[in-house]
Amino acid sequence: MLKVTETQEINFSKELIAQFDEMVQRYPQGKQKSALLPILHAVQAEYGWLSPSAMDNVAEYLNIQPIEVYEVATFYTMFFLQPQGKYVLEVCRTGPCQLVGADKIMDHLEKKLGVKEGEVTKDGLFSWRGVECLAACGMAPVLQIGPDYTYYENLTADKLDTLIEELKKK
Amino acid sequence: MARKLLFEHINVPGINTFDVYRKQGGYRAVEKALKSLSPDDVVEEVKKSGLRGRGGAGFPTGMKWSFLAKPEGVPRYLVCNADESEPGTFKDRYLMTNIPHLLIEGMIVSSYALGANTSYIYVRGEMMPQIRILEKAIAEAKAAGFLGKNILGSGFDLELYVQPGGGAYICGEETALLESLEGKRGNPRIKPPFPAVSGLYGCPTVVNNVESIAAVVPIVNEGGDEYAKIGIGRSTGTKLISASGNINKPGVYEIELGVSVEEFIYSEEYCGGIANGKRLKAVVAGGSSVPILPANLILKTTNGENRLMTYESLSDGGFATGTMLGSGGFVVLDEDACIVRNTWNFSRFYHHESCGQCSPCREGTGWMEKVLHRLEYGHGTMSDIDLLVNVAKQIEGNTICPLGDAAAWPVASAIRHFRDEFEWHVTHPQEALKGNYGLAHYADPLPQIAQTV
Ligand SMILES: Cc1cc2nc3c(=O)[nH]c(=O)nc-3n(C[C@H](O)[C@H](O)[C@H](O)COP(=O)(O)O)c2cc1C
Repeated sequence: MLKVTETQEINFSKELIAQFDEMVQRYPQGKQKSALLPILHAVQAEYGWLSPSAMDNVAEYLNIQPIEVYEVATFYTMFFLQPQGKYVLEVCRTGPCQLVGADKIMDHLEKKLGVKEGEVTKDGLFSWRGVECLAACGMAPVLQIGPDYTYYENLTADKLDTLIEELKKK
Repeated sequence: MARKLLFEHINVPGINTFDVYRKQGGYRAVEKALKSLSPDDVVEEVKKSGLRGRGGAGFPTGMKWSFLAKPEGVPRYLVCNADESEPGTFKDRYLMTNIPHLLIEGMIVSSYALGANTSYIYVRGEMMPQIRILEKAIAEAKAAGFLGKNILGSGFDLELYVQPGGGAYICGEETALLESLEGKRGNPRIKPPFPAVSGLYGCPTVVNNVESIAAVVPIVNEGGDEYAKIGIGRSTGTKLISASGNINKPGVYEIELGVSVEEFIYSEEYCGGIANGKRLKAVVAGGSSVPILPANLILKTTNGENRLMTYESLSDGGFATGTMLGSGGFVVLDEDACIVRNTWNFSRFYHHESCGQCSPCREGTGWMEKVLHRLEYGHGTMSDIDLLVNVAKQIEGNTICPLGDAAAWPVASAIRHFRDEFEWHVTHPQEALKGNYGLAHYADPLPQIAQTV
């Protein structure tokens, strides 16, 4: 399940580089560093997380220092610096969601998957975590799953069970 | 029924596509502006409309635009703030999902008014589905000749791009957003210089909320004066309100500014009353950053007047008894909600989201979360309550950006209005773990103010 390990050297595919090439076009000459966030999202969509080698390659591609990539990757919560499950279930835990049962959803998830927040299931399929407000308070409780970050709204324990079974079959 | 300016056509099937949007009169504002108005004319209409920034601060949009520096030979930028991360706020996501072309059209007209030839829509990374929707809408608009070179033969060029964030509330603060757009950590910049003088890549830049930019479309179509006829006083036009929490009909509502809070909560047109037949305990009226008010104070001001959904009425009474319209994130708490838990939850949010640049915010938010956690879980003391007030005071006003204030206000206001509930958590730790303090007197009529002769 795990596509790259901590120490593995990786080479970006031609297709991925082509995506980067399109992204840097969006900014004025010499401002290619602006493409850093879009590029990191594309890399994470490909590998499931940002390995050290992946970040170094991005730095090389953008012609910036590796530290400039690390400091960004560590600042933004969407970027994973450790391998995750194939599906990361990110449950909103903030105010309005909490008012209508986010805590119960997370308890249920922990029991159902049998792993604590941040841990990966043995089959490598799932991990989960609480995240801050996902801007879907009117459809609370909600969770989302990368890499396309689909939202699952108005959650109940039953809906969660169905979702997990469906993902297992995929 | 209230007038709808942004959501008039939101229920038309296929309104998310270019063709249907166009058939409903979409892109008329672009035609009108580019063919018959000068950029300054557009700015003038926006000034006349009285439109105030819908991102939270309520700064007049036309005035902000007129501050934009225009040095010769230097590009100017328009950046749309679609970071929408303030707990309780989900209107921008709703708008972008359902009627993305309204934002694209607003971006074209606004860019024209400001003389920007490259504009960006910065969308929080979690909204990847909305990013894809906007990218598709941009491609459609471009194919139809509304973006690119020499739009509608006017000589005006515009390229529009969507930029993803990476998961950081602070990037909603406009200078942090610009840092992020430059590929850096979202650390707010020291102001001045303001973005209007030195923003993206050091160039003059306007940052506006999604809803502000969308509102430019009806303003240009109908004229600023028409827009200003809606609303009360300096609260003109319509406003999107994100309603959530313990209500029957959570959702995004377009209101005419000036409707009463009571009508908004209880009428079938809007929230439809409190869910499960419960009673109202408290409201956070403008997103998590604004002061929380108990039921009696959100429905009426201390003068006994009905509180209205306007900038002025909601802030009537200042911080002692009022709150703010903010971003319009309207979170309703019923009699079963625990104020201490809610306050702790918000504190955890601000602690998590503090960028760490300023010590009062970095350390203070952590302390507030910690102390609130122990109060909620039955380990608090009476002096903890004063400690919280003290920490909040030391954060407020002592940071580079207003995230510090945003973290301090909810705590200070919760203790100001619900102190007895905090004290009950200290005196009844076991009960507080199992049950709730309940409604107490928070919905009782306000005491009469002594008449001065
Ligand atoms: C911590 C913080 C978070 C903010 N988040 C947002 C946001 O998500 N969306 C937004 O439009 N404005 C947000 N703002 C306000 C922006 O700094 C800025 O005032 C706004 O985008 C200006 O647009 P407007 O004049 O159209 O409202 C935030 C401000 C702060 C201090």
